[in-house]
Amino acid sequence: MTTEVVDMITVVVDGFEVTVPKGTLVIRAAEKLGIQIPRFCDHPLLDPVGACRQCLVDIEINGRAFPKPQASCTIPVEPGMIVKTQLTSQVAEKAQRGVMELLLINHPLDCPVCDKGGECPLQNQAMSNGQGESRFEGVKRRFQKPINISSQVLLDRERCVLCARCTRFSAQIASDPFITLNERGALQQVGIYENKPFESYFSGNVVQICPVGALTGASYRFRARPFDLVSTTSACEHCASGCDMRTDVRRGKTLRRLAGDDASVNEEWNCDKGRWAFKYVTSLDRLTTPLVRNSSGELVAASWPEALAAAAKGLKAAKAAVLVGGRATHEDAYGYSKFARVALGTNDIDFRSRLSSDEEREFLAAHVAGSSTTYTDIDRADQVLLVGFEPEEESPIVFLRLNKQVRKRALKVTAIATKLSIGVEKLKGEFVKVAPGQESAAIAAQSLTAKSVILVGERAAESAGVLSAVAALADSSSAKIAWIPRRAGERGALEAGAIGNLLPGGRPVTDAAARVDIAAVWNTDSLPSEIGKSTQEIYAAVNAGEIGALLVGGVDPLDGDNSQAALAALEKAFVVSLEIATSAVTQRADVVLPVAAITEKSGSFLNWEGRARSFDAAVHDSLNRSDLRILSMIAEEMGSTVNLATVTSAIKEIASLGKWEGARASLTKVAAASQSAVNGDQFILTSWRRLLDLGTLQQGEENLAGTARKTVAVISPKRAEAMGVVDGDQLKISTSLGSVTLSALVEDIHDDAIWAPRNSRGSQLLVNLGVAHGAVVTVVKA
Amino acid sequence: MSEQLEPLKKKEISVNDVPFVQMETGESVGLFGHLKGFWVPFSKIFKKTLTVEYPEVKAPTQERFHGRHQLNRHPDGLEKCIGCELCAWACPADAIYVEGANNTKDNQMSPGERYGKVYQINYLRCVFCGLCIEACPTRALTMTNEYELADDSRTKLIFEKEDLLAPLRQGMLMPPHPMYPDMDDSNYYKGDVKEAHPSQDVK
Repeated sequence: MTTEVVDMITVVVDGFEVTVPKGTLVIRAAEKLGIQIPRFCDHPLLDPVGACRQCLVDIEINGRAFPKPQASCTIPVEPGMIVKTQLTSQVAEKAQRGVMELLLINHPLDCPVCDKGGECPLQNQAMSNGQGESRFEGVKRRFQKPINISSQVLLDRERCVLCARCTRFSAQIASDPFITLNERGALQQVGIYENKPFESYFSGNVVQICPVGALTGASYRFRARPFDLVSTTSACEHCASGCDMRTDVRRGKTLRRLAGDDASVNEEWNCDKGRWAFKYVTSLDRLTTPLVRNSSGELVAASWPEALAAAAKGLKAAKAAVLVGGRATHEDAYGYSKFARVALGTNDIDFRSRLSSDEEREFLAAHVAGSSTTYTDIDRADQVLLVGFEPEEESPIVFLRLNKQVRKRALKVTAIATKLSIGVEKLKGEFVKVAPGQESAAIAAQSLTAKSVILVGERAAESAGVLSAVAALADSSSAKIAWIPRRAGERGALEAGAIGNLLPGGRPVTDAAARVDIAAVWNTDSLPSEIGKSTQEIYAAVNAGEIGALLVGGVDPLDGDNSQAALAALEKAFVVSLEIATSAVTQRADVVLPVAAITEKSGSFLNWEGRARSFDAAVHDSLNRSDLRILSMIAEEMGSTVNLATVTSAIKEIASLGKWEGARASLTKVAAASQSAVNGDQFILTSWRRLLDLGTLQQGEENLAGTARKTVAVISPKRAEAMGVVDGDQLKISTSLGSVTLSALVEDIHDDAIWAPRNSRGSQLLVNLGVAHGAVVTVVKA
Repeated sequence: MSEQLEPLKKKEISVNDVPFVQMETGESVGLFGHLKGFWVPFSKIFKKTLTVEYPEVKAPTQERFHGRHQLNRHPDGLEKCIGCELCAWACPADAIYVEGANNTKDNQMSPGERYGKVYQINYLRCVFCGLCIEACPTRALTMTNEYELADDSRTKLIFEKEDLLAPLRQGMLMPPHPMYPDMDDSNYYKGDVKEAHPSQDVK
């Protein structure tokens, strides 16, 4: 940490001296003394605006007093300043009471039906700093209420006190200025542009920061009162950003989630997916009892001892491998990792249930496991390079952090991508246009410094040579690398060694010293020493008859390429599935064991920084067990000891492993593939997942799905002209497997490329086309 | 205190050491003395009796007796309860459970946007203090004089919304039905709606 030298200024507030850095606002200096000045528009993360006038105080500088009370949220401290708040100045107190009375003139007293009732700053401050009686006898302003400013945010205009927190958030933090203050005077109101709904990925934050009940969430509307809710601090399970969250539960049911306050990670924000996509826990077809396939081939309910015995027997009978999805917690992933090595005696384990490569595995071992690039590095970077990574769609809080720095100090962002995205446009980033698969040359051409940060997404693995080029660039420039996967559990799974080439803590399986380290803690004689198979290799080995049993936890077989092979392998092998709900895996499994969903268990995720984001069970009366516990039970049944009955025991064991000081695995350089030739109606397909799409964890939340971006196929102006296509025309994209038809959007994209969302409504590329990136597809006007 | 106290000397007292004393009895009360004892019940025979033949006969309670709750209706039959949970908030015994919900065009249960979807009062917990009545912003919740609240199971003593709702009276329609034409929720609270309008009958 470098300490920046700042001037300190001493001021007097209500007779007490306080020393604060230069530039601190008076309201904040008072806070430091524990003096609460009432406020509505003031928010520490938004620019001061002085809109509500509630924070009026008496200020005097070096003996010269301001003639009238001043808004303490807009005035920075100055030497010799004497501030008198409502506690010591009658003038300030009267001014605040007057402002409150004026604010309440048009505010309806509908607190009984308002969602904010009970946790409302206006309600609270009207009690603490208002006067109880109003002198206003006229008729209050009425508006039609409520209006949907998007499918998930409702606006009651008559409750608004015009603090402009929502409009400032949208403009300054999210850079989605879709809402604004319209009209003037008494009719001033928050509004959206005509025909342009508030389609921001961060719209939920305005609901949280609204100091009155003017903006409310459609899903939580009229559901509960604050005193009904039991709040638990939790971590978001949706992406690798690692947001701190608060989960509010009423009678065992999650009713809402709010962004927590963690200045080093998500500040006070989160994205709409994290905020609203939680109903999957109850709306999916949850498993309640273990299921075992009987002799006639049907899955029937079974008791736990019966199911565990069947699972153990099947896993023991044949050579087995482990597939754990990227959504397992760090502790659960550690359980799978240990189970594979101790109970199954194999390194055939992979957490990457998506498009992946061996180059990626080596890259992760060499440059990611144990690394510690953080949000602070982004804050201090002189340049940020995005490779195979679309921050707004794949890790929204990283986007907010980049946006903050772009706004604050014009941070240079360079995106090497096939298509200019909305997010990069908002970041005013330099767009380096490449053909799908040809990113390597563009990466090599970049010049970075030791203060630069390279943000690499999981999609970098989809083009050969990209990760090698990133590693080479980092080596030559000393820039920091951060790998940002899309799923919350991938970094944790990597550190837990749920991958074929690594043991926990980034220890290479090929390193004898590393194996001795782990074997000592795990109390076994030896650990397998050859590098294990990857997800695709495991499926292939099952289909070739080399592997007979699979332990699968939280995997969607349709997330990878060649999903037909995956499904065939699941049919063929003896499959033990640990799942929360019925899925393509459980339908083909021989033993299905129900596990606890995120809200029902404790644990932690490691976000992309490698920072542990731990959470407690929000729902306490669930009988579901964590993966870890079940793995321990199966291992016991098999006669080996995993012995991780609780999350606490796993945390202790992980801590006891200590850091790996030995050599890291190295990355063998992979050359880029040559560009596929396209002719006539051929294109090279490129895609990424959007934040709001058909993801399993977004099921059951229709309001959220309503703000998903439109499904389009993007082609370049030149090709569009050649094909005679304009915006809105239907394009049919086809491969030998199938086709999708999408409406066209002509945008800045490489001439050879066509972009479509990977898993959105009407465009499930992996399922419909069998490919998602780099493959040649045929496109015709439909 | 400075002076030293003498330790108590151990004194054993045997039961046999306690002297037996014969109680002295008074003189005989005589015949009139016995009859005097019957005078009190005899004199009550001619006074008005307070006992009632409950349950055949039920004595009326005081007018403001705190009995079972009732969820009232507007004169057109719409429910007054808006599901705001203020009653549950006020309840010192945690006896009330409320869940609010959205009134929709096809399912208008109360005037305005919000209605009480679930409303339960647990009479095993209720202490009949009446704070819920004071808290109710729409006068939806009041108390009746009904006091016969005994039953043979715990679940039967958790009263649901159907058990608490007031019966439909003259001019009322069973919700859900639309609000009175050209009236909004504030008209309902001001008492402008006197009875159901024919157009409200959706049947």
